[in-house]
Order: sequence, then C-alpha cells, then structure tokens
Amino acid sequence: MTATTKFGSLNAYEKGRVTIINDNPRNYVFSNVFEVADTSAPYERVAVGKNFEYVIEAFRAEGESPWYSAAHDEFVVAMDGEIEVHLVKLDNPDSVVAPDSQGAHRLPGDPKGRKMGKITLRRGHMALLPVGSAYRLRAAKPAAAIMQTILGPETVEKWATICQTKA
Amino acid sequence: MAMTNDTPTISRAGASKDTAVLNLDNSTGYRAFRAGGFGFRRDGYFAHISFPTGNHVMSIDAFLRALMRDVAWGFFYGTVNFDHVVGTVNHYGSVTLFAGAFNDAYTEAGRNHEELFDSAALMDIFKKMLADWTNDGFDPFAAPTETGLAWGSKNGANPNAIGRQRVTAKRMVGLPGDTPVRTDANGFPINRHFADVPQDLPTVEPEPGFENEVSAFNLFAYLSRSDVTWNPSVCSVVGESLFCPTSEEYILPIDHGNDRAEWFLQFSDEIDWDVKDRVTGRPRARVRMKAGDIACMPADIRHTGYSTKRSMLLVWENGSPKIVNLIASGKAPVVPVIF
Ligand SMILES: [Fe+2]
Repeated sequence: MTATTKFGSLNAYEKGRVTIINDNPRNYVFSNVFEVADTSAPYERVAVGKNFEYVIEAFRAEGESPWYSAAHDEFVVAMDGEIEVHLVKLDNPDSVVAPDSQGAHRLPGDPKGRKMGKITLRRGHMALLPVGSAYRLRAAKPAAAIMQTILGPETVEKWATICQTKA
Repeated sequence: MAMTNDTPTISRAGASKDTAVLNLDNSTGYRAFRAGGFGFRRDGYFAHISFPTGNHVMSIDAFLRALMRDVAWGFFYGTVNFDHVVGTVNHYGSVTLFAGAFNDAYTEAGRNHEELFDSAALMDIFKKMLADWTNDGFDPFAAPTETGLAWGSKNGANPNAIGRQRVTAKRMVGLPGDTPVRTDANGFPINRHFADVPQDLPTVEPEPGFENEVSAFNLFAYLSRSDVTWNPSVCSVVGESLFCPTSEEYILPIDHGNDRAEWFLQFSDEIDWDVKDRVTGRPRARVRMKAGDIACMPADIRHTGYSTKRSMLLVWENGSPKIVNLIASGKAPVVPVIF
C-alpha cells in the first residue's frame, strides 16, 4: 500500500466538524487555519487558539509584513507556500518593546540593529524568532502560517466569525 | 512530572508507598503486582485488575498500550483513563489510582474505589509491571501493523521499546545543545505512511556570528520520522506554551480527561475524536478534524481519537502549574475562549 499524506493549502482545504451529542459546539472553538488565513487581510494575526495568555495565531503571508518584535521568543510554522523571514538583532531591544510586555509589537519603522540573517520557509518548516530581535516576513505569492506566541497588541480575536457555532 | 521535567510537584499527606511485586505464575510466567488494595495480574489474553469493591478485565494489548503512555508521560495532565473503569489522576507529586471513579454507573452503585499514592512509588511498580508483561517483539508505542503480538505466555522482554527517552526540547528542536532533528543516521527512518512527505530543509542564511540564533527545521519531516504513535513530545517552548506534536495511527490507547484545556491542530490527514464527559463518561460530542483544523478540548471532557492513516497532530499544552487550581476553584472557565 502506498499512503498519500494529505496536507491542507490556501487553495485546497477540507474542513471537518464538531457533531454535538450533548454539548455546545462553541466549547470546541473549532476553526481551520487555511480558511482563517484565506479570509483575513495579509499579516492579520488572527488568534485560532488561546490558553490563558498564550495564543496560536494564523495568518496569510502576502507581500511584505511590517517589522515586529516581542520580549520573548516566538515560533513560526509555514503551513503552505514559501515565506522569507528577515531577522535583525536590535541594538536596544528594551527601548523597542518593554521587557515585561507580551506578544508581538509592530515597529513604527525600520529597526536599529545588525542584520542577523534570512530564513526561507516552505510547508512544515518551523523557525525561531528569537527574543531581542526584530523580524519581517515576505512572500512573493500568498502563503499560510501559524505563530506560537502570546496574546499581544497585534493579535486579532474574531472567534464568532471563524468558529463553528451551530450543532 | 507531565510533559516537561521541571513542573513543580506537590506532595500530599497520606500518599501511600505500599506497593509490592508478587509471585510468579508458573503456568504463564508472569508476575503479579499490588498497589495498596489494587491487584494486577496478566494471562495470555487479559489484564485482571482487582480492588476491594470489584474486579475488572482489559485486553492485554490495550492495557499495555495505556500503561506505556501513563508511564512515559509521568501520569500526564489530569486523568488517564485506561478504559471506562480503570485509570489514574495526576496531582503532580501524588497520584490517584481508581476503578469506576469516573463512571456514573459505578459511582451510583457504590462500586467505585480509589487510593492515593506517592507518584514515585506507583511509577516504580507500573514500570516493573510494564517490563514484566511486555514480551519480546511487542512495542506498546507502535501502530498494531508495525509490531508483534502482545498475547501468550511470558516470552522475553522488550526493554528498548518501553525505555525510550521522552523528547522535551528546551527551546526548539535542532538548536545547538537542544534536542536533535531526526535522520536516518540517528535511527529515525521515514515511516511507511509518510514516504511522500518532503524532506527538504529550510534555507537558513545567517550572518557571521548569528549561526546559533538564526535557526529553522522541517517539523513535518521530523514528524514523518517518528517511530511511535500517540506520544506528544515538546518541540518548541514559549514560556509555559508547549508545542507537542505527535504522529497518530490506530487508537489513542487512553481516554484523556485533562485538568486544563488542551488544543489540537491537525497538521495532516484526519483524526476522529470521541468526546465524553470527564466525570460521568457520558458521550458529549464527536470532532472530526482534517488538515488545518484546530479545536479545543475543554477541561471538563475526556477524549480518545482514531486515525486510520498515520497523521500528524499538533497537541498544544499550557504547562503552567497554576491552571489546575484556577479551574478547580472556579476562577478560570473550563473553556479557554468564551465568545
Ligand atoms: Fe489529551
């Protein structure tokens, strides 16, 4: 038997569903990261999972993102397409994002610091976005990704729009 | 001890250390074991569990698969139901062993029984039981079509299969000094169900001096090389946020009643989840997840899953020790998102 592994993509994803026996479907907070990425603005960081302060954000990478920085590590996983990650080591990270702040913060302009390097991610690749750095993403064609991070000023919560609400 | 090694433990007064390795059965070759008032013995087909208010029988393959998870995960988070009767509740330092405690028919009939143990003491006897009852050729972590049979009389042992080291990345898989990526060379060939998964590496171009911090790896390729099923392991860490991806095939051998919300993101293929009430065991929902689907398992349910083709699942845990008390005291909702 030759098995075929099924991944999703922005152009082709199938959703499953919650089938209720005795519960409220909202309790399962069920959505699909490709659908969320497909139906949101480029680089709109939409929370698709939340556990106290921690979130998983889904987004569509398309063109160039703003510069972001966080006072903690973040991780990005490319789910579909190709995404460039550009990293800069901040000269003075505490002046860019408060050291006790949470989540990604959008920088007003270009970051001050040394170029750290560049990573090109394709489907299934995970990259570290290290604390003390700023990053910008770039995608020539629409791509989908998720972010492991903390709820912050850039996180968009629109659960009623993205989640299954009917049994 | 749960997914990470540094979870603080709480010791509880009155936790018993009363366990014993019992006699060897000459007809089967297996030893019997005792933990307080619970007795455990196996024969060719079954695990027999006795307790003061009753007795219980499980198919030995299912019992060993469940016991393997409970041992490997340090009693995990919350309740590990081996089936609808027997299981453990983790108190992170002490652990409850129970029969019928989360089954409304048993509790209504007064047939339930539970005892509190010192975690290290129960773990020790569980490890000895697992080692004695697992025959040569049977790997409780493997999918059924990838391993031998659990049945029959005592026939050797399989210490390599049951002694696997749990993967717990400190920051991210593949970073210098952290848990390594999987390759043919370090003993992780691509699984037969994932032969078509691309093994390409991300293009990493660090400037001089940043080689250790500019880092990426192929997570899907990493999962395609997992030699175990239903064994979440930490791959990346943001504070207490733990990405614990895993590869799944056949049935999750436990019915997991978490003491906190847990999230699933289906990376590939499809899993069917069977969701029941955490306390009573009554059915509440079924959740079918396909690639890209993400869903929460609330803190008041138990779940088991079914995966025909081996699939990739991201299990996402919040390892904070504060959560259990917040939820138990009603200070935090059982569902992490109210909308
Ligand atoms: Fe679980």
